[in-house]
Amino acid sequence: MKTKFAAAGLIALALLAYAFYLGMFEAPTEATMGNVQRIFYYHVPSAWTAFLAFLANFLASIVYLAKRSKRADAFAVSAAEVGVVFCTVVLITGPLWARPVWGIWWTWDARLTSTLILWLIYVSYLILRRFSTGGQTPLLAAALAVFGFIDVPIVYMSIRYFRTQHPQPVVAGGPGSGIDPVMLKALLMNWVAFMVFAAIVVALRYRLERLRQHVEEAHALHDEQADADHVQFVGDVTLPSGRAIG
Amino acid sequence: MKFLYAAYAVTWIIHLSYLGWMSRGYRRVRQEMRELEERK
Repeated sequence: MKTKFAAAGLIALALLAYAFYLGMFEAPTEATMGNVQRIFYYHVPSAWTAFLAFLANFLASIVYLAKRSKRADAFAVSAAEVGVVFCTVVLITGPLWARPVWGIWWTWDARLTSTLILWLIYVSYLILRRFSTGGQTPLLAAALAVFGFIDVPIVYMSIRYFRTQHPQPVVAGGPGSGIDPVMLKALLMNWVAFMVFAAIVVALRYRLERLRQHVEEAHALHDEQADADHVQFVGDVTLPSGRAIG
Repeated sequence: MKFLYAAYAVTWIIHLSYLGWMSRGYRRVRQEMRELEERK
């Protein structure tokens, strides 16, 4: 298992290094924004990867609701966490691009606001999982995940439906949209590299969650056994009257 | 250029911090597994 993860990690590293080279050195410098436009090669692929992670969380949550599968629950929490990590990258790299280009760090337009809400929804999901107690936690979290996913298409379509300060789509944006082929190559290569990296991180996190589930089961079994031993012990006690308890 | 470098640096700081947090999680779970084994 370790060898497989190490091999996958090396492949991801090679892809990320190549994608970094394409974005930093091979892609042409944008005419009006200059080099700061290169943030786009990390910002956009991170957003697309976050959307896919939330989609994986949505599908796993539906499987959990249908089958109460612990594997589906473990996969759902792993995908949600990785989605939040990538969404955090989006929310930080966006303002770092906006400050030199727009002159402001943030504006409450439809794209930025819906992305912040998306991040808050999935952070709430993780807080719910982390701090609520009782056997219903995975069920409540799965229900929240199913409704929370509604925000993903809203974020994606927000720049198409609303007039926003956020730039219009350059990929699949309809007539008049598009970018230089070398820029597109750098963008897609970065997306592939980040997806491979995200898949490895989700797999590692899934493995950790399964181990946690096994430890929790073992603790529960141990506690049950301790209770049973206690009852047995009480049952063995004989009252002075000669009657046994239990 | 400083904004570009900051964006790339922050991206990897976030990813590496998450990997570090996960690594601590593995250590904790392994420790709990060892304790359970000892109790048996």
